[in-house]
Amino acid sequence: MEAKTKDLWVFVETNEDGSAKNVGIELLTPGREMADKQGGSLVAVVIGNNVDEAVRDAGIHGADKIIVVDGSEYGHYTTDAYTIALVSLVEKYGPTSMLIGATNNGRDLGPRVSCRLKTGLTADCTGLDVDEETGNVAWTRPAFGGNLMATILCPNNRPQIGTVRPGVFKKCEPVETKAEIIKEDIHVSREQIRTRVLEIIKEMESENVDLEGAEIIVAGGRGVGSPAGFAPLREMAEVLGATVGASRAAVDAGWISHSHQVGQTGKTVGPKLYIACGISGAIQHTAGMSSSECIVAINKDPDAPIFDVADYGVVGDLFEVLPVLTEEIKKARS
Amino acid sequence: MNILVCVKQVPDTTEIRIDPVKNTLIREGVPSIVNPFDGYALEAAARIKDTNPDTKIVVLSMGPEQAKAALKECIGIAADKAYLVSGRAFGGSDTLATSYIISQAIKKVEEEEGKFDAIFCGKQAIDGDTAQVGPEIAEHLGYPQVTYGLEAELEGDILKVKKEVEDGVEIIAVKLPCVTTFTKPAWEPRTPTIKRKMAANRAQIPVLNEEALAGIDVTMIGLKGSPTRVKKTFVPQRKKSGIKIMEESNKESAKKLFRLLNGAGIM
Repeated sequence: MEAKTKDLWVFVETNEDGSAKNVGIELLTPGREMADKQGGSLVAVVIGNNVDEAVRDAGIHGADKIIVVDGSEYGHYTTDAYTIALVSLVEKYGPTSMLIGATNNGRDLGPRVSCRLKTGLTADCTGLDVDEETGNVAWTRPAFGGNLMATILCPNNRPQIGTVRPGVFKKCEPVETKAEIIKEDIHVSREQIRTRVLEIIKEMESENVDLEGAEIIVAGGRGVGSPAGFAPLREMAEVLGATVGASRAAVDAGWISHSHQVGQTGKTVGPKLYIACGISGAIQHTAGMSSSECIVAINKDPDAPIFDVADYGVVGDLFEVLPVLTEEIKKARS
Repeated sequence: MNILVCVKQVPDTTEIRIDPVKNTLIREGVPSIVNPFDGYALEAAARIKDTNPDTKIVVLSMGPEQAKAALKECIGIAADKAYLVSGRAFGGSDTLATSYIISQAIKKVEEEEGKFDAIFCGKQAIDGDTAQVGPEIAEHLGYPQVTYGLEAELEGDILKVKKEVEDGVEIIAVKLPCVTTFTKPAWEPRTPTIKRKMAANRAQIPVLNEEALAGIDVTMIGLKGSPTRVKKTFVPQRKKSGIKIMEESNKESAKKLFRLLNGAGIM
């Protein structure tokens, strides 16, 4: 389709309580710059159930306009309901570009929407730029397990769509909102939604495994040695408000569930701080965490490849280093 | 139950090394493997067959002639039949064009094998990592989709899929026919048996090219049918080595680490 405006859209995914997922708000930061280069407005698109909080969040983080689709059918994400809503909005307003956070749901929705619109999608981007002359977005993304970067264009089709990794961009400082709010009434019938949630099983009630949205991750690998070996990691994670991650070796050994796995066959993360404990640093792991802002590695083996990507590397025994570090943090915070 | 599993032959990305002088990928000598996520999709299909023995599993791959090796491996593991989609006109296809070609090929294969109740794919291929082709096949065919599947179970005309979500798992019911993409489950997939391997070596793999897919819209395939273009590729800058800490004792190392992190405003 042809673009009807020069507007850039950011899809703001919502949680079931109506708040915005971090990545949607983060994407308003590059979105602002890109919209200015493209000469259009920055539009946040919020879909969910009772989403006032997400709308306010988008407003104070710089959106010029906010398109809101609010309804009980959007409370729990479904491919069908969200695709119908987002496609009908795109067809009505005709944005030139759209950013979607590369969460599980974002990576489920992006291809479905772009295929229905017969336009190009670039997945899992870590870099964004705009050619001011053509308005083409230069989407940069890793491939081959992070060994190669590719810059992709979508020159002739609109909107140009990309999913962008959480944690790559930072939320901007809150401002006084002057966003125009446009409410769109789009309702999807039960019959149009072809999947049904039978059961939701949260991982170990108290334990948080939202690795993609985490600001700090404490991750363990082969060096942790056993399921009980994760105890000092969990303790530190609790003090820091961090999420516990793991390498494939630890998951394959059965010490922790796959939902904790970081790396090529697990999650891709970009926290502010990543503490790798007893992780050797095989490419399969570093591909999933090398865009972390600060990487700390603790490993007995001074030649472990994890030290090549670490900002701070401690050569030592994690079972002796971690408790002392946790104590120091506790002291500093009390 | 009639299941189609889509597979891709990929370079084993864990074996890829960087040429330190030219700063390019060294692809020579890198073994080709069945994309691991597609292996999980095949295993999910095989598990359905374990409990429903009249299930037929067909595998399909798009790629060069060499991809037959990957298809044979799948027959060795669990597949009953294999098809290769390969043709000059398909070259240069991005995910949108690729998924369109595969959806057309699926319709063609269904003329031989009967309608597929479910189409299983890996969550993503480890070379491109896009995770787009599965959902796009679903859209081209007008089928519902479930992504990030861990296990699947058949219940009448419903597929129950255990789906990985950020904070746990969900059990999703989806009406057949559907597309499901799979991620890494808790168990290891089965390996080929000798008997099956021998059968795989003898297997005839039909090749579907652009002529075989009569009625395909040629404006939607290849480079011309691809909305995206690769502008450039480059090897990412490796981080320069950071600060190494190795004090007299682990305790002192930990304290030094804390001081450094605190000083840099990280804690």
